[in-house]
Amino acid sequence: MEPSVMTDASGAAVTLASGASVLFTGDNFTRLLAGLGTSVTVAGLALVVGIPLGIVLGALRILRNPVLRAVLRLYLEFFRIVPTLVILFLAYYILPRELGVQVDGVTVAVVAFGLWVAAEISDIVRGALISVSDHQVDAGKALGMNGLQILWYVRIPQSINLMVPATINLAARVIMTTSLLLLISVIDVITVGQQIMEANRMTHPDAAFWVYGFIFFLYFIICWPLAMIAKALEKRAKERNNG
Amino acid sequence: MAEAEIETTAAGEGEPLLSVRHLRKAYGDHEVLKDVSFDVRRGQVLVLLGPSGSGKSTLIRCLNGLETIQGGEIRFKGELVPNNNEKAWRRLRTQIGMVFQSYDLFPNLTVARNIELGPTKVQKRPKAEVDEQMDRLLADVQLSEYKDAYPRELSGGQKQRIAIVRALAMNPELMLFDEVTASLDPEMVREVLELMLRLARRHMTMIVVTHEMEFARRVADTVMFLENGVILERQSGDEFFTHPATDRARNFLESMSPVGAE
Repeated sequence: MEPSVMTDASGAAVTLASGASVLFTGDNFTRLLAGLGTSVTVAGLALVVGIPLGIVLGALRILRNPVLRAVLRLYLEFFRIVPTLVILFLAYYILPRELGVQVDGVTVAVVAFGLWVAAEISDIVRGALISVSDHQVDAGKALGMNGLQILWYVRIPQSINLMVPATINLAARVIMTTSLLLLISVIDVITVGQQIMEANRMTHPDAAFWVYGFIFFLYFIICWPLAMIAKALEKRAKERNNG
Repeated sequence: MAEAEIETTAAGEGEPLLSVRHLRKAYGDHEVLKDVSFDVRRGQVLVLLGPSGSGKSTLIRCLNGLETIQGGEIRFKGELVPNNNEKAWRRLRTQIGMVFQSYDLFPNLTVARNIELGPTKVQKRPKAEVDEQMDRLLADVQLSEYKDAYPRELSGGQKQRIAIVRALAMNPELMLFDEVTASLDPEMVREVLELMLRLARRHMTMIVVTHEMEFARRVADTVMFLENGVILERQSGDEFFTHPATDRARNFLESMSPVGAE
C-alpha cells in the first residue's frame, strides 16, 4: 500500500484522513463493494429459495393434519432455537465431512439461510392466513370453493398486507446476518474489511474505525430503506383494517 | 325412500328436496342437536324459531356441511350425503345458497367481483352469461349503481342484499338464511326482509332462522320450534302463531311480542 495523504496538515486531521484513505487505496473500494455484493447475493438467493418454500409450508400449517403440523412446527422451532451461526457451522464443517461431500461456502450459506428463511416465512404466512376470520372462510365454503380456492381468493388477498411488511423486515435481518459469512470463509464485505485492516495495521492503525464505519454505512443504506418501506406498509395495512 | 315414509311429515306430494333424519350434533359431551328429523319440499319456506342457544343456527349450518355431525343422515334431492364428507358437501354447496348474519362479502373485492366469483371460478360458467344474470339480479334489488363499489362503501342493508344476490347467482335450489337481519340497524331490516318475501313468493325453497316474528309469520309455510336441540313443534306458520301447542312455544311467543302489546 502506498502511503496516501500528506504530512503537512495538523496531527489529528492527518490521522483521520490517512485512516480513511485506506478505503480508496488501490482497489479496496471495489473489493469492499464486491464483498457487499456477495453478502447481498447470498441474502437474495436465500430469500428466493426460502420464500416460495416458506409460503408452501405456511399454507400447509393451517391444515388440520396433526402429524404434518407437529413436523412443520418442529422445523420452525429448530431454526428459532439454534443460533444461525451454529447452523452455518453445522452445514459448512460438520455435514460435508459426515456425508463426504465438498461444498463451497456460498452454496452452504444459501441453503442454510434459505432453510432459515423458509422457517420464518412459514410462521409469517401461517399467522397472516389464520388472521382471516372464520366467517370469511365459511362464506367461501358456502360458494362451493375448495381449500385451494379459499386460500387463493379469500385468505391470501385478505392477509397479504400483513405478510409483506414482515417479509421485508425478515429480508433486512437476513442481510445483516450475512455478516456471519466471514466465519465460513466466504469473502463477504466483513472479510474484505478485515483483510484491508490487516494489510494496513502498521501504516494506518486507525483503519478499523474507517473500515467498520464504512461497512456500517453500507449495511445502513441497504437495510434502512427496507425498514422504512416495511413501516409504511404496516401503517397502511393498519389504516385499511380500521377503515 | 323407505326411510322417509316411516315418519309422517308435514311434507306433501313428491320427494322432499331436503330430508333430515335423526341428526345429532355435539361439542364434546354437550349435545346441541338431539335426534332432529324433518323434510323440506320444493318451494316450501321453513322458519326455525327458538330461544338463543336452542341450536337453530347450528342446525342450519349442518344443512350446508359447515358443521360436522355426530349421527343421523341428510338427503338432498333424495341422495344421501355421506356424513362429514367435505367433497360431497362442496359439490352440494353450489346448489344450496347460504347467507350469514355478518354478510361476509369479501372486503377486497368489488360488488361485481363478489357476485361473479362463485359462478365463474367454482361453477366455471362463462363470464358473459354470469354478468348478464348479475345485472338482472342487481337491478332486481335496485343496487345496479353499486356494481363497482367495495363492500365498505355500502350500508349494512345493502351489503346483506348483495350477499343474497351473491348466493342467488349460483342458481341454488335451496337457500339458507342464518339470522340475516340480526346485525342490521333497525331501519335496514325491512329492505332485506322484503327481498326475502319476494323470493318466497317466487317459490324459492328457503330455510330461515330469524328473530323477526312478524316476518316469520308472513313468510313461513312451516314453523319448527326448537329448544335445547329438540324440535318441540312443527306446524304451519298460521297455526303456530295463533295456537302454539306447547307452553314453551307460547312463552317464547309472548317474550318476543312487542313491548306493551295486549
